[in-house]
Amino acid sequence: MPAPRSITWPSFFTALMYAFMYFPIIVLGVYSFNDSRYSASWEGFSLRWYRALFSDRRLLSALQDSLTIAIVAVAISAVLGTLMAIGLARHRFRGKGLYRGVSYLPLIVPDIAIAVATLVFLVSVAIPLSLGTIIAAHMVFCLAYIAVVVASRLQRLDPNLEEAALDLGATPTQALLKVLIPQLAPGILAGCLLAFVLSMDDLLISSFTAGGGANPLPIEIFSRVRTGVKPDINALSVVLILGSALLAGLAEYVRYWGDRRRQTP
Amino acid sequence: MTPAPSPPRPWADRFATRRWLGPVVLLGPAGVWLLLLLVLPTLLILEISLVPGLRLGQPSGGYGLGNYLQILQPVYLRVIGRSLAFAVGSTVLCLLMGFPVAYWLALMSPQRWRNLLLVGFILPLWTSSLLRAYAWAAILRPSGVLNTMLTTLGLPAQNWLNTPTAVFIGLTYSFLPYMVLILYASLEKLDTRLLEAAADLGATPSQGFWQVTVPQTLPGIAAGCLLVFISTLGDFVVPTLLGGASSMNISRLIYNQFLGPTRAWGFGSALSMVLILAVSLAIALLLRYGDKSSVSET
Repeated sequence: MPAPRSITWPSFFTALMYAFMYFPIIVLGVYSFNDSRYSASWEGFSLRWYRALFSDRRLLSALQDSLTIAIVAVAISAVLGTLMAIGLARHRFRGKGLYRGVSYLPLIVPDIAIAVATLVFLVSVAIPLSLGTIIAAHMVFCLAYIAVVVASRLQRLDPNLEEAALDLGATPTQALLKVLIPQLAPGILAGCLLAFVLSMDDLLISSFTAGGGANPLPIEIFSRVRTGVKPDINALSVVLILGSALLAGLAEYVRYWGDRRRQTP
Repeated sequence: MTPAPSPPRPWADRFATRRWLGPVVLLGPAGVWLLLLLVLPTLLILEISLVPGLRLGQPSGGYGLGNYLQILQPVYLRVIGRSLAFAVGSTVLCLLMGFPVAYWLALMSPQRWRNLLLVGFILPLWTSSLLRAYAWAAILRPSGVLNTMLTTLGLPAQNWLNTPTAVFIGLTYSFLPYMVLILYASLEKLDTRLLEAAADLGATPSQGFWQVTVPQTLPGIAAGCLLVFISTLGDFVVPTLLGGASSMNISRLIYNQFLGPTRAWGFGSALSMVLILAVSLAIALLLRYGDKSSVSET
């Protein structure tokens, strides 16, 4: 649509919306360097909140808990979710619709309902709450998201390649590991990044499955910020935002890589 | 013209190993996991939602609908009404704010930068939702950034933190990128030749927009609205951090039944079932009237 008019109202409005999206992030960034505990006014540049952050043992151990949960849950889910996506794409069986429907539930059902159900289940079978139960609960949504991303890549793959490998004498396991999985790799990686971010961000499911045994970052942040504004959390935000930007960049690169691989098979 | 495969494995052998790699290995592990930690737990809360007055550590009586009847008390109906108002209000705001952005990105932005611009808009989604809500608390609090700006401009200061206004701002902010993503996918597929045809036949740009663009993107609009609706209906972080005591919604009420002082698990489970039912209804509507493809793409 040629629209050579100088500045149209959609472009002006869009610029405004970009400002809206980045305003809170910029505010956090600026205030993390502000040498004042309570005031919103600028009291001078300071790195004191960053120093406070990196000497805050409680926060660092919470970060460690979160990373452990996310890495373990995503690693196991990558295998289970990928297998599930391949199985759903390849096999027909009774109850497949139901299976697929259940696999979509974690994407649809609100976290609070899943969190409540998981807690009730764990209590009723008398499993003590710990880091392990958080990982088990996170695996539910991690594998669902990974399976969805892998399935969408699977849909666009050439099914003949695997057949060709089988015809050329590869065993099905070889065909899976050497032909299908490498082709799915960008999808698996993209799914893992998404699941990792969701796991690091999860407050509700962690809160309901943590007990006293573990204290992941979102729970620690929540318990601090619900009582007011904390400057050291500003500094933490900046560190985490930089981490997320890195991951987002990585995800974009993975997508670019995946598109290129599809064009040159 | 059959290509001669170098020593072919016997067909029977191939099928034997294929069976091993079959549905059980592929679908078994994830299936067991989902069954144990999703299906069974959900059935369990359905069961205990039918035990009136169930509290942790107390013997319970028989089955009944007491927990569901309790939801009909005015105080709880108000909570559900407030949750619906938050969800509907922020969905409308997301649509009104997201449509021009998606339209500009899909049809007016420079082609070279289009992907980068879209990624730039949804980038904030990668940061912690907790910290984004917290950032708004820092902006909206009485001595916060907003009021510093307003008073500098000579405008009256606002006290929006811990009011529904803050919840609407926070929810709209949190879910606007999803709306833009879905509308973009829909607008990108727009057949612009129809718009040119309409213009050639004498339609004004606004007629073209309302009679060509909007009808073509209606499935995307429906998908985006329902996605934002179900996400905001069950949101916990924004109403808690920005809404204060006056913005109790259904997720916060459920949270309090389990991790708060009340410990009324039966009532909390009944509320969860109502929430799941509401979301399922929205999804059923989406599957019936919405554009499925635009949802699965995101």
